[in-house]
Amino acid sequence: MAPDVHARNGDEAGWVGKSVPRVEDAALLAGRGRFIDDLGTPPGTLHAAILRSPHAHATIERIATEAARAMPGVAAVLTGAELRDLASSLVVGVKAPVECWPMAIDRVRYVGEPVAVAVAADRYLAEDALDAIEVRYAPLPAVVAPRDALGDGAPLLHEGFPGNLASDRSFSYGDPDGAFASAPHRIGVAVEYPRSACTPIETYGVVAEYDPALDAYDVLANFQGPFSIHAVIARALRVPGNRLRLRTPPESGGSFGVKQGVFPYIVVIAVAARLAGRPVKWIEDRMEHLAGAVSATNRSTRLQAAVAEDGRILALDWDQIEDCGAHLRAPEPATLYRMHGNMTGAYAIRNVRIRNRVVVTNKLPTGLNRGFGGPQVYFPLERLISRIAATLGLDPLEVVRRNLVPADAFPYRTATGALLDSGDYAAALEAALRDGAHASLLARRAQARAEGRLYGIGYAAVVEPSVSNMGYITTVLTAAERRRAGPKNGAQATATITLDPGGAVSVHVASVPQGQGHRTVLAQVVADVFGLRPAEIRVITEMDTAKDAWSIASGNYSSRFAPAVAGAAQIAATRLRERLARIAAVQLNARPDELVFAAGKVFSPGNPGNAVAFSRLAATGHWAPATLPEDVEQPLRETAFWTPPQLGAPNDADEVNSSLCHGFIFDFCGVEVDRDTGAVRLDRYVTMHDCGRILHPGMVAGQVTGGFAHALGAALLEEQSYAPDGSLLTGTLADYLIPTAMEVPELVILHYETPSPFTPLGAKGVGEGNTMSTPVCIANAVADALGVAEIQLPLLPSRLSEALHGAESSPPRREARPPQAAPGERALFGSGRAEVDAAPEQLWAMLLDPDLLARVVPGAHNVQRMGETRFQAEVTLGIGPVRGRYRAEIALSDLDAPRSVTLSGSVDGALGFGRGRGRLRLEPVGPTRTVLTYDYEAAVGGKVASIGGRLLDGAARVIIGQFFASLAAQASGRRPSLWRRLLRLLRGRA
Amino acid sequence: MSRHGPAVLDAGQRHPVRFTLNGRTVSGEAEPRMLLHDFLRHVLGATGTHVGCEHGICGACTVQIDGAPARACLTLAVQADGAEIRTVEGLAPAADRLSVLQEAFRTHHGLQCGFCTPGILMTLDALLRERPDCGEAEVREALSGHLCRCTGYAPIVKAALAAAEALRETDHA
Amino acid sequence: MKPARFAYLRAATTEHALEALHQGGGEARVIAGGQSLVPMLTMRLARPALLVDIMHVAALSRTDDDGARITIGAAVRQRALETRDGLAQRQPLLAMALPWVGHMQTRSRGTVCGSIAHADPSAELPLVLVALGGQVHLLSRRRARRLAAEEFLTGMMVTARAEDELIEAVSVPAIRPGTGYAFREISRRHGDFAIAAFAAVADERGVRLAVGGVAAIPMARVLPTDQALGDALDAFAWDLDARDDLHASARYRRELVRRIGGDVALEALRDQQARAVKEAV
Ligand SMILES: Cc1cc2nc3c(=O)[nH]c(=O)nc-3n(C[C@@H](O)[C@H](O)[C@H](O)COP(=O)(O)OP(=O)(O)OC[C@H]3O[C@@H](n4cnc5c(N)ncnc54)[C@H](O)[C@@H]3O)c2cc1C
Ligand code: FES
Ligand code: FES
Repeated sequence: MAPDVHARNGDEAGWVGKSVPRVEDAALLAGRGRFIDDLGTPPGTLHAAILRSPHAHATIERIATEAARAMPGVAAVLTGAELRDLASSLVVGVKAPVECWPMAIDRVRYVGEPVAVAVAADRYLAEDALDAIEVRYAPLPAVVAPRDALGDGAPLLHEGFPGNLASDRSFSYGDPDGAFASAPHRIGVAVEYPRSACTPIETYGVVAEYDPALDAYDVLANFQGPFSIHAVIARALRVPGNRLRLRTPPESGGSFGVKQGVFPYIVVIAVAARLAGRPVKWIEDRMEHLAGAVSATNRSTRLQAAVAEDGRILALDWDQIEDCGAHLRAPEPATLYRMHGNMTGAYAIRNVRIRNRVVVTNKLPTGLNRGFGGPQVYFPLERLISRIAATLGLDPLEVVRRNLVPADAFPYRTATGALLDSGDYAAALEAALRDGAHASLLARRAQARAEGRLYGIGYAAVVEPSVSNMGYITTVLTAAERRRAGPKNGAQATATITLDPGGAVSVHVASVPQGQGHRTVLAQVVADVFGLRPAEIRVITEMDTAKDAWSIASGNYSSRFAPAVAGAAQIAATRLRERLARIAAVQLNARPDELVFAAGKVFSPGNPGNAVAFSRLAATGHWAPATLPEDVEQPLRETAFWTPPQLGAPNDADEVNSSLCHGFIFDFCGVEVDRDTGAVRLDRYVTMHDCGRILHPGMVAGQVTGGFAHALGAALLEEQSYAPDGSLLTGTLADYLIPTAMEVPELVILHYETPSPFTPLGAKGVGEGNTMSTPVCIANAVADALGVAEIQLPLLPSRLSEALHGAESSPPRREARPPQAAPGERALFGSGRAEVDAAPEQLWAMLLDPDLLARVVPGAHNVQRMGETRFQAEVTLGIGPVRGRYRAEIALSDLDAPRSVTLSGSVDGALGFGRGRGRLRLEPVGPTRTVLTYDYEAAVGGKVASIGGRLLDGAARVIIGQFFASLAAQASGRRPSLWRRLLRLLRGRA
Repeated sequence: MSRHGPAVLDAGQRHPVRFTLNGRTVSGEAEPRMLLHDFLRHVLGATGTHVGCEHGICGACTVQIDGAPARACLTLAVQADGAEIRTVEGLAPAADRLSVLQEAFRTHHGLQCGFCTPGILMTLDALLRERPDCGEAEVREALSGHLCRCTGYAPIVKAALAAAEALRETDHA
Repeated sequence: MKPARFAYLRAATTEHALEALHQGGGEARVIAGGQSLVPMLTMRLARPALLVDIMHVAALSRTDDDGARITIGAAVRQRALETRDGLAQRQPLLAMALPWVGHMQTRSRGTVCGSIAHADPSAELPLVLVALGGQVHLLSRRRARRLAAEEFLTGMMVTARAEDELIEAVSVPAIRPGTGYAFREISRRHGDFAIAAFAAVADERGVRLAVGGVAAIPMARVLPTDQALGDALDAFAWDLDARDDLHASARYRRELVRRIGGDVALEALRDQQARAVKEAV
């Protein structure tokens, strides 16, 4: 198919396709946006704050809320117990006997999981109340990596998911066995795709109210859809759908999928409002967001290809282990199945084997994020292309070319069931190479290398699916299970056009934009249909489930706006226009089909002087309904529902057309890696898009640059990191690093248009593609620069250091050094030695004496003996300005009086927790002299861990060292000066 | 301590706070712990200044304090007493007209969701005033104190440079 | 993220502030620019009972240059020093480092002394203070004393400042003839705290290289400038006892010390020569 750049309904003068200024902007630029936290709330609205788990995995032994409830200004405290009384578990997307509560009931499974909600007169007081809630946890071992979760003896998160496995499905398409058996080459990659999240700058917000008389909830939330979730929320709140009114604010500060994940909090805040008997408002803060909103999945993938001599791929064998975090929350495991029809990417590969496993781990539950499953698939697939080229000694571009779906094959049915709607991948690729000056990039690489610099080029070719099939997720079920559950498919889009008594046009859509300029594009589309100016069209995009026409697919995700919602609006407008034309035909004495709508008038081209004003015509239905021709339906309001017939349910062979539209992207880039610092500099990035028909070039460019910035972050900077013990390491924006204007270079955007035959306007989605293509394109380039086969994201300079700098010199000092924890590990090890002027027996007695212990434990007050060898204390610990009160427990075990003893201790407090165990040995070296040696192992976690890990490690070392040193000092009746200084500093009264 | 100077503002009590906001004197009451963004948004009702992180990194809350761009979330309302504060609401010359910088953002699609925009405008407004002939490097450096998740920054940089040029032209004229 | 309750005092004079710190015991805390303290309050990591705001004390807002030393008062904001006329001529290292301290939006509030008081191991200004052999001027109702940077900085965010002491000012030697300077920082993003930062001063005694972001406090060492440099850097790298964290491994940090540290030392030497040529003209 030839590129079709200019066709616009045959109307060259149309608004669609032009970069008109956005109607949204004037208010936003003047500070008059209406985001959720800007809107007024009902009088008496209270404010909620949420207490969250500092532990990755623990049972909750006790929650004491009395003190908090008694505080002035506090109206209610909600815990799992009350939640269980007033709500039900969220539904889970696989068939298994598990529950999924939006708040911990008796066990926490990730750091940041809500444990209690305090409701008070303002947010400050609500947070004060959180301080007064005391929770006793019994920590459990945690599991973080998906492959570890499947291992023998891994801690089990849910009884209903034996072996932490939530789903295990295998698929076969074509004849993969035959292809692998006969292929000359078998080439594979192993990828651990990390976690990242799109972190919109506006966080979640919910305002909820409960009407006991009607048993109904009224909720305002910056939820983005899909509104299939409305049913999930209503069910959890135990009300029929018509008793849950869900509204969205006019503006939302970015979402990228993430704001789907507000729904568990809708349930929590709605129940809190019911409990408090007043409206309750909650605005998530950034630390809550990073720990407890939603993340993309991390995935462990092994991908093998059967490859012919010339680089053609004969078969693929996917083994994917998807990590959905602590709970399988709706719509998961959708991230894994969203790409199911597209597992062969842009390539014509007929034989495919897939094994899909879904596991749970002690991490934040996952959900929608821009790219939704795409990055996790394309990273291995496009790394594979690059490995095939390297292994067979071919140019990677040649491998791409030989495998692309040919132009004459569209619409093309992939092996796994997707119907690729349109495209000419080869032509788009060649155009990109030509217009993106690929040849000059090759020359730059050659020159850089000649100068001894590390320069590489990477490529990526991807198919970007959009307009999801609401039924794709059921591919996780077997065909038999699907038959029992009933068919799920389609993607209903709705739009309503209203003509008011003055003849003015309003458009209502259930699209919930978060900055994509929906109002502008809809005004363009409808203006074209009616021959008006966009400024004359009023577009309402906020949602109200009590009043709007909506369906489960409503909302803003899967890049469905341009292909589906804008199309539905065009259909509704066209229907109204047809009716108006018939009314006008009577007035103008003309045939309806010859009438033209232009410049605010309706007329016949042969007689433009005889025209009727659009506004007058549009008002007829209100003022003079009796004058309407007999067979014309009311011309007041029209709602169009549009669902593409191509989106059927998965068939019995598990083939599924998981999305309606398929854009094509071909990227290439040049990078330079600094030999000394390992820093990756993007020298040039070219991205070619075929997103069908372009409705608004400025906004398409905005979607591409925005998606690119997200992808660049995922490639170079962003990772939601967890320590092996499940501590969250990226709890602030100083740890979770988002690219700034200094990190995002300008990119070259090229277009190649092949309109989709399946959408009303020929448009396809465009917002997600670069999140799929860019991370792997950059990784391919870095691998090329370094000449390495293995490369994992994010491409931290520190990680590249190994490949760059080779083996390190050995430490100059020969003395034993305490073992260092492995990178990213939170455990601390240490050891020490002191000589003490006291006999071992004296020291021994001290260890069992609470009074003496009180003097030895740093910052201890109020030491109590709980048993023969167990003590409890209150301690105040601080480092620099960070200071907190903790509850400490110390136990002695393996007593071998007076020679050795094991001391285990734990501290717990609002700022975090620490646990340690040390072996202490006493050796007499004279009648009143003892050598005391110790080694210890400790771990620290909780709030402080996610804010400043390095500070915490340092503090723990100092404090532990200080304990043993002051033990020695006490025993010898003096304090060594160094320790004295440290001790005083730490207690802060030097 | 009052023998040495002003009295301590007690914790947990509200105290009067008064400053100039966009050229007009405003006042309200705040506990010492109240952050400036909460005071602006929820006491004074000036919701144009947004909040994205409350720890100084995202830049959404950026306002001008005594002429210099600064984080509202890292400032206590009581610290701002007596200061001169400018926020996004004070940028447009009239209710139906945008400033040159705002207009450039609209023309160059420098915003999508618009949540980060008020803070970015306050930084750029100060930058263009202080360094009328700034180039791309300076603009990017100033912008590095802001996070935008929607635009990928390129259109913001373009808008800023276009505004700088337009302002230079009007200065010459 | 809202602070716990505290009282607030806007000090009018230095004495007023000292009195408040004295009476507050460990519970009173200075607030200067607030760029480090306010996030800690908001996260409830710090919970002082009283904040003593020193930014309105006129006596503390001065920067004095007596020809030999530049003395920067406690209420001098980073931005004010950065834009001070002739800073690059009077103390090039300060001028080189200041633009790396956070962002323009934090430098407009943050103070020079506040950064020193906060003693973040990755912060640029404590590094510069160590590199230049600067001093911290401490004042309390009890005493006035001056500590060398190395005496003042005792650990990660831990200093020798007593709780009733105010940093009245910090001072650094002004540029001296025959001296060269260099600064470089490696961070994940622009404006982030350093993974490793380097400041070097070359004078008649040799090159003194200070490294921040690697050990618990910035550390300085005089390095040979001949072929022994490589070995000396290697030993220095190991002696800093680098640690792994989220942003970089210990090994990577050592590598930066060897590679970038060496570059910066040599750059300071080149700067010394260049300045010598200029001085000669
Ligand atoms: C987004 C962001 C990025 C940043 N990046 C960097 C960076 O890259 N490099 C860097 O070095 N810093 C960085 N900072 C921190 C820097 O901005 C602070 O300015 C500085 O650390 C503290 O200065 P301040 O005046 O704001 O002090 P405050 O926050 O007011 O105080 C900090 C601490 O010092 C104490 N204190 C302050 N002044 C005195 C005094 N005169 N006497 C006794 N005690 C005192 C306070 O009690 C408090 O404990 C960043 C901050 C932010 C928000
Ligand atoms: S809210 Fe102030 S910088 Fe993010
Ligand atoms: S426009 Fe949405 S964050 Fe910048």
